[in-house]
Amino acid sequence: MSETMTEIRWHGRGGQGAKTACLLLADAAFASGKYVQGFPEYGPERMGVPITAYNRISSVPCTIHSNIYNPDYVVVVDESLLSSVDVTAGLSPEGAVVINSPRSPEELRPLLRGYTGGVYTIDARSISEKYLGRYFPNTPMLAAIVKVSRVLEPERFVADMEASFHHKFATKPQVIEGNMKCLTESMKEVRGA
Amino acid sequence: MSIRERLSGNEAIATAMRQIDPDVFAAFPITPSTEIPQYFAQYVADGKVGTEYVTVESEHSSMSTCIGASAAGARAVTATSSAGLAFMYEVLYVAASSRLPITLACVNRTLTGPININNDHSDSMGARDSGWLQIYAENNQEAYDNYLQAMRISEHPDVRLPIMICQDGFITSHAVENILLESDEDVKKFVGEYHPEHALMGRDHPLAVGPYDSCPFCMEHKVQQAEAMKNAKKVILDVAADFEKTFGRKYGFFEEYRMEDAEVALVLIGSTAGTAKACVEKLRAQGVKAGLVKIRVFRPFPMEELAQALKNVKAVAVMDKSEGYSGCGGPLFAETRSACYDLPTPPKMVDVVYGLAGRDCAVEDIEKVYRHLLKIVETGEVGPRYIHFGQRSSQEEVL
Repeated sequence: MSETMTEIRWHGRGGQGAKTACLLLADAAFASGKYVQGFPEYGPERMGVPITAYNRISSVPCTIHSNIYNPDYVVVVDESLLSSVDVTAGLSPEGAVVINSPRSPEELRPLLRGYTGGVYTIDARSISEKYLGRYFPNTPMLAAIVKVSRVLEPERFVADMEASFHHKFATKPQVIEGNMKCLTESMKEVRGA
Repeated sequence: MSIRERLSGNEAIATAMRQIDPDVFAAFPITPSTEIPQYFAQYVADGKVGTEYVTVESEHSSMSTCIGASAAGARAVTATSSAGLAFMYEVLYVAASSRLPITLACVNRTLTGPININNDHSDSMGARDSGWLQIYAENNQEAYDNYLQAMRISEHPDVRLPIMICQDGFITSHAVENILLESDEDVKKFVGEYHPEHALMGRDHPLAVGPYDSCPFCMEHKVQQAEAMKNAKKVILDVAADFEKTFGRKYGFFEEYRMEDAEVALVLIGSTAGTAKACVEKLRAQGVKAGLVKIRVFRPFPMEELAQALKNVKAVAVMDKSEGYSGCGGPLFAETRSACYDLPTPPKMVDVVYGLAGRDCAVEDIEKVYRHLLKIVETGEVGPRYIHFGQRSSQEEVL
C-alpha cells in the first residue's frame, strides 16, 4: 500500500451487489474528503457470473485508469468463487482478503493458493438475513472491509453511511435501521488475522 | 464556485444536459451510453427540464429526429455508442452537410464484430470523415467540461457543424470519480441560448433543408463545409479561453504533459492518458525524459500545432485505440505522421495499436512502450512501424 493510495478489488457474482458495495465505498470515502475511483469490470452481463469491481481511495488525485492487478485488499462476496477464481492473485502480503463465509479464516486459508497475508471472514448471510430478512451481502461486506483495511475511520464511516442511507432510502425509511445494524454487527463480528 | 461531487462519466454528461436543458433529446439506448438517456428520462419525469424527450425505434431515427429538430431551429441532442453510431452513419453526413449543430454524446465502445461491449475508439474513428467535430475526454471532468463547451463551438456562425463529445466506455462512463460541477445558473449563462440565423420555423425567411444539390453547386457546398471545419479551430480555442476565464480549467487542442524537454513521447487519446501520466512521472523519477501529448480535438485535426509540439522529440509512439484495417496503422498514426512530414527533422515514429475491445492497459504496459522508444533512440533503428500491443500470446508481441 502506498502512503497515499489504497487499492481494493472486489470479487462477486452478478446480481449480488459487489458493484453497488464498491460504489458505496467510493461514496463513503468521498464523503470523508478522499479522491476516489469506483468502477466495475464487465464481461457478459448475467446473473451469477463472476464479476470484478475496483476501488482506488487516495489522499491525492489519481489519474490511473486501468484495472487493479496488485491490490492492497480483496473482498470476496461469494465464497464459491474460491474454487474457480484466483482471488488473491497479485494481492499484497501486507494486505488482507475478506471473505463472506460462516467458516473460520483457518479453514479457508488452504483454499487461497499459498497466500500469506491476512485472511478475514464474515458471515454476511446470517447478518443480512437477521437484520434485513433477506440476503443482501453488500452492506456487511462493505463494513467488514472498512474495519479490516482502516481505509476510512470507522466511526466517521458509520455516520456517513447513515446519512447516505437516509438519502438513498428516503422513500423506504423502514430499511435504514436494518442496514445500519448490518454495518455495526459486521464490524463487530469480522474475524481473522 | 465549483461544486465538489463524485459522478460517473455518464452521470456527468446527463448532469450537463440537465443544466443546459436542450429543446429536444432523441433517445435510443445502447451500452455503455444507456445511462445518459436513462438519467435524462428521470429529469424529464421530475420536471427538471423542459426538453421534448423523443423515444425512437433506432439510432437512425434518433439522429433523423435531431436533424428535423435542429433544422426547425431547436437545440437537439442525443447519445450513443458503437453499433448505434454505425447505424446513424448515413444521417451523420446529412447532419453535417446541412450544417446542423447537433450535439452527440458518444460513449466509445468497440464496433461489432465479434460482438463485444467494451471500450475502444473504432466507433467514432469510423465516423471521423463524416464532417462532425470530435472532442475526446480523459475522465469524467473533461467529459463534463467538453460538453459545456460543445454547443458554443458547434452553433458558432463560422462553424455550424454537429459535434461529438466522446468519452471511453466503462473506463470513464461507469467509473465514479471526483468531479467539480458548476452551478446550473453559471452553466446556463456560459452556454447561452441558441438563436439560429435560419431555421425551418422562421416564417419570415422560408428555406428548404436537404434538397438535391446539383452539380454546379454541390462541390461549393462541400468546400464551405471544409472551410467551416477549419474555422472551428479558432472557435474551439476562443471557447476554451472563455471557459478557463469563467471556470478556471484550461483546455486546448491537446494537452502537453512534461513535453518541455521530452526526448520520447506518446501521442494518444482518452482515458489511457491518465495512466500514461503516472508512467511519465515514474520514468521522470528515473531520469528518463518522457512526455505525453493527449489529443483532445481530433476533428478538426490540429496538424500544425501537433507538429510543433513534437518537433524536438527523438522518438514518438502513436497509440491507436482503434484498428483502422488500413494495413499500415491506425487513424491517429496516419494523421500524426502526416503532421510531422513537413518538419525539418521529424521524430522517428511507430504506431502502437492497443486496447482493442477493452483490452486493459496498465502503467507497466505504457512503460514497455516508452522502453521501446528509448531503444529506438539508442540504436537509431525503428524496427516494425505498425505494432499490435497487449496480445495474449507473448510470441506475438514486439514490445
